Amino acid sequence: MSDTAVRPSAASPVSRVLNDLLRSRELAVAVVLVLLVAVTTLNSSSFLFGSTGWRDLLLTPSMLVLLAVGQTCVLITRNVDLSVGSTLGLTAYLTGRLFIDTNLPIVVVVLAGILMGAVLGLVNGVLVAWGRVPALVITLGTMYIYRGAFLTWAGSDRINADDMPSTFRNLGTESVLGIPVLTIVAVVVLAVVGYYLRTAGGGRELYAIGSDPDAAALYGLKVRRRILFAFVLSGALAGLAGVVSAARFGTVSSSVGTGVEFEAVGAAVIGGVAIFGGSGTVWGAALGAFLLVTINRALPVLGISDFWQQAVVGALIVAAIILDRVLVRRQEKALVAARDTPAGSTSPGPPTATPVVAGASPSTSGTQEAVR
Amino acid sequence: MKFQNRRLASLAAAALVTSLALTACGGDDESGSSDAGGSGGGDGTTVTFIPKNLGNPYFDTSNAGGKEAVDEFGGSYEEVGPAEGSPDGQVQYINTATQQGRNALVVSANDPDALCDAIGEAMDADIKVVTYDADTNPDCRDIFVNQADSAGIAKAQVDLIAEQIGDEGQIAFLSAAANATNQNEWIDLMNEEIEANHPDIEVVDTVYGDDDDQKSFDATAALLQKHPDLKGIVSPTTVGIAAAARYLSTSDAKGKVALTGLGTPNQMREYVEDGTVTAFALWNPADLGYLAAWTAKALADGDIEGEGDSFEAGRLGDYTVGEDNVVLLGDPFVFDKSNIGDFDF
Repeated sequence: MSDTAVRPSAASPVSRVLNDLLRSRELAVAVVLVLLVAVTTLNSSSFLFGSTGWRDLLLTPSMLVLLAVGQTCVLITRNVDLSVGSTLGLTAYLTGRLFIDTNLPIVVVVLAGILMGAVLGLVNGVLVAWGRVPALVITLGTMYIYRGAFLTWAGSDRINADDMPSTFRNLGTESVLGIPVLTIVAVVVLAVVGYYLRTAGGGRELYAIGSDPDAAALYGLKVRRRILFAFVLSGALAGLAGVVSAARFGTVSSSVGTGVEFEAVGAAVIGGVAIFGGSGTVWGAALGAFLLVTINRALPVLGISDFWQQAVVGALIVAAIILDRVLVRRQEKALVAARDTPAGSTSPGPPTATPVVAGASPSTSGTQEAVR
Repeated sequence: MKFQNRRLASLAAAALVTSLALTACGGDDESGSSDAGGSGGGDGTTVTFIPKNLGNPYFDTSNAGGKEAVDEFGGSYEEVGPAEGSPDGQVQYINTATQQGRNALVVSANDPDALCDAIGEAMDADIKVVTYDADTNPDCRDIFVNQADSAGIAKAQVDLIAEQIGDEGQIAFLSAAANATNQNEWIDLMNEEIEANHPDIEVVDTVYGDDDDQKSFDATAALLQKHPDLKGIVSPTTVGIAAAARYLSTSDAKGKVALTGLGTPNQMREYVEDGTVTAFALWNPADLGYLAAWTAKALADGDIEGEGDSFEAGRLGDYTVGEDNVVLLGDPFVFDKSNIGDFDF
């Protein structure tokens, strides 16, 4: 354990933050997003300036943002949650059923949806944390189990718009000061989780666990409890997304949420969350979700056929992964070079304690280095 | 470590039991109900309806029409069927009905081939077999009551949109999957119909929502943005039309862009009542069941045998058996504000 790596950077805080920002994946994704919106708007001005266009631009990604935020917390711990699509479907149907079968107030129904998502996430978390089976397998299994339970429960039944109170459905489209309600919900969730991951001890431990689970356990971190927490959070957010889906689309059939888990993982990966854990931010994932959804909305407006949309999204994911590899390799080289220069000498190069992967804050790389 | 493993095992067991319990409570509540048992020894024709599955609002409506007809001609009506739409499930109900010696079976086939053996045994026992909604192979049943033919479906939708947009302007299709056979056939026929009879209507786009709510929703949004002068959207798929209606009802295009297509009343009620959609089409499942029951009676009474024969179907009037022993219900039924309240499926 060398202490060179945990030594604070010699660069000034301002230049460090600026440096981090300029290199960050978040900025790259944001630039692509802005360009996309600009080009599409030039093509059809109502994409941004029409009242419906503006609303859709902000509203459409909100569901995927929620899922991507939850998925990021799980991915950071070097796990994955593939069951979120099925969880979303189940809670969306639960929402509709509660409106049909009971007279519960909307708030209670929303909370019930979140709670159900959390319970389903808890099952995943318990199986992964205590079963010592890869999360990929466990959540692939629960993905089918949850979907099966949903199909059995719903059968050919579907929830229709007039089954749900209009005040609830209006939540799906209403705006406050020009910002859709659902977007505000997504942004609040994003801010809270983002703050927690960046500053709270528990949040930092998620990164530490993902960087090196064995070392984290040896260090005395409560690995199981943290992983459990990540899965419960992911499930709860998927539950919330289910409620959001019901409010926005106004119908729930048994295919709701099919395949959305891959979009959530894709959004996180595009936003710079490493699939092998330990790095990435929810901001990046949220931007990734924004980009993914906006691409799907923009391509048809630009006159690019449906058939190409999936290919474009796939290319984006592959490009994101390749970019990741390139950045990691470059930084490994920089770190090796920094290690080889004698300590104390003032090297004009980049600060030695730059994160191993873009997006992770210095303290993560500290942990990462310390345990290697 | 051992202790942990045991704990894991018990956990896994608990999870399994839970999932089984979940499955069980969803599964057993709707299987195998019947309204009237036993074979009719008296005068009335005994008819057994076997829908694709029970608890399906579409077939509930349809079979209610069947029961109405059976009551009208004084027969005995029975409805049985599997809880889930599978051919295996239907075979046992066909076999039971055969043993009971019912006069006629009315079946919506879950598979064109898988039911043929069971139906063959029933026909050997001199039971008349009518298929409705979904046909088997033509050679293994007596008559198929077809809800609508493609030409009729296409024409009804074109007529609706033409009426709603004043017979001129741009329209677009919102379809299901790009390779959906039915939708593609209907869209081709609609294009032909528009070309032939509606020269002022221009079809500017066909987009695919893959019968997915979200994708159809986004496809509708894209259509409206790409074609600012769009006057109408035709969605010949129930998922598409509902998603498009949902999008339209909350957008500033509400009331400016007409929407029609094929939908079910429960899905569309909200949007018809709030004025987003004026009218849409589908066959009337109650009439379908009603006609199927009368067809079964005509067969059982020996009034008809096959192609070319005519019979009377209660309030629906006279029908003639067509090619391949198919009876066509007629033009699609148009749902609008005035009648949508009468339907629940």
